[in-house]
Amino acid sequence: MNFDYAFAWSIVPDLFQGLLVTLQVVILGFLLAVLLGLLLAIAQRSKNPLVQKLSAGYLSFFRHTPLMVQLYVLFFALPLAGLTLPAISTGVIGLGLYYAAYIAEAFRGAIEGVPAGQWEAARALDFDSATTWRRIVLPQALKPMLPVLGNYLIGMFKETPLLAVITIPELFQAAKQIAGMTYRYNEPYTVMALMFLAISVPTSLLFKYFERRSHV
Amino acid sequence: MSDLAHVMPGPSPQIILKQVVKNFGATRVIDHLDLSIPAGQKVALIGPSGSGKSTVLRLIKGLEAYQHGSIEVAGAPVPAKAGGWHWPGVKKPPVVHRVGMVFQQFNLFPHLTVQQNVTEAPLQVLKLSREEALERAHQYLGLVGLNHKADAYPAQLSGGQQQRVAIARALAMRPQVMLFDEVTSALDPELVGEVLAVIRAIAHEQQMTMLLVTHEMKFAQDIADRVLFMEAGRIVADGSPNQVLVDPDNERTRRFLNLVEQR
Repeated sequence: MNFDYAFAWSIVPDLFQGLLVTLQVVILGFLLAVLLGLLLAIAQRSKNPLVQKLSAGYLSFFRHTPLMVQLYVLFFALPLAGLTLPAISTGVIGLGLYYAAYIAEAFRGAIEGVPAGQWEAARALDFDSATTWRRIVLPQALKPMLPVLGNYLIGMFKETPLLAVITIPELFQAAKQIAGMTYRYNEPYTVMALMFLAISVPTSLLFKYFERRSHV
Repeated sequence: MSDLAHVMPGPSPQIILKQVVKNFGATRVIDHLDLSIPAGQKVALIGPSGSGKSTVLRLIKGLEAYQHGSIEVAGAPVPAKAGGWHWPGVKKPPVVHRVGMVFQQFNLFPHLTVQQNVTEAPLQVLKLSREEALERAHQYLGLVGLNHKADAYPAQLSGGQQQRVAIARALAMRPQVMLFDEVTSALDPELVGEVLAVIRAIAHEQQMTMLLVTHEMKFAQDIADRVLFMEAGRIVADGSPNQVLVDPDNERTRRFLNLVEQR
């Protein structure tokens, strides 16, 4: 096996451009997924049956269809209905909507893990529901959520090569293009793998650190 | 002052339950209960487990829905539909913070320090300034003898200390009525005394109305002006501690007290 270090070094800037796109999509998509996931989890506890059903329907749909299919629908089918979004926005929305369903399930479990006595104590002190969520329930639910969120963030990051199918110039797409143009495969794919590792491993360690540090 | 005040014999009752019925599914836990408690009275609720004592407290605090009758605390109705959760921004009747409650399981907020546990509701609910809230925390943690634990987390405290913090947390809202729901039942025997001592001190010093569900008969006799004996969702004996505890004329009360003494 031959590996040309000089060539590998020369393609780093191009791959780095791809990595930046990947990170941009993952970070924005993750923020969307966490916020939407939280809203869905809170909606699951709503006393309004319609809100509850809508949330349950959302979870069921997005968890029971492949991410690839959802991306295709967003990117190729919606424009036919007159809604055209740039590829990167589509990627953010696609990843966000899909992961929101999983994160909502995890949030739901974490919220259910907060003892009923905490809700009662908050009510006995005349907290309104928004304050109870914000100050009492969510801070306690977040601790068991941290490792889960970390896993989903890394999972999302590793899922990004899928975005190549909707023409986003992310890391995998960049590596593939270099390979296609130069007929050299070792260097681009190796450098790509190292870049994935260079992001995943520290992220994983960072979440472990958060988890240790948080109280409760 | 209302126009009726001068014709009423004494102050009007602060807590009024009229014909209250509460069912859990098919089980009737409170059965057409009538109860009227004047301001400042210290009332002990005793009776066998499952007789509805705790439910009475929870109804007065508005933690439980009820199916029939009416409840009024300090002139304001307690709605029959429990909770009163509202979306933020939606107009709702103003909550007047008149009832504090202490639970069997303490229910301190584990992610907050002792001091934060006490300041949280004054800050978030009463919208006090930080200084005012801290001052209250200092005052009430002092009252329960725990100012030196202000920066500890609940998990670092004994059960007795946690319960004393829970009492300070409720008092910091300056309620007119305090409800104590079997507050020593979850404690190891050697920790019961310190919590009872705190409640005793509050009962002697403070003007507020107090309702206590307790299995500590000696304690009930010491601090209560009035003892209610409950059975099957009704009040079957109602009188001074002497009438109910020392010389009960009610056969069932006598049998219950004998059982308790034999423990």
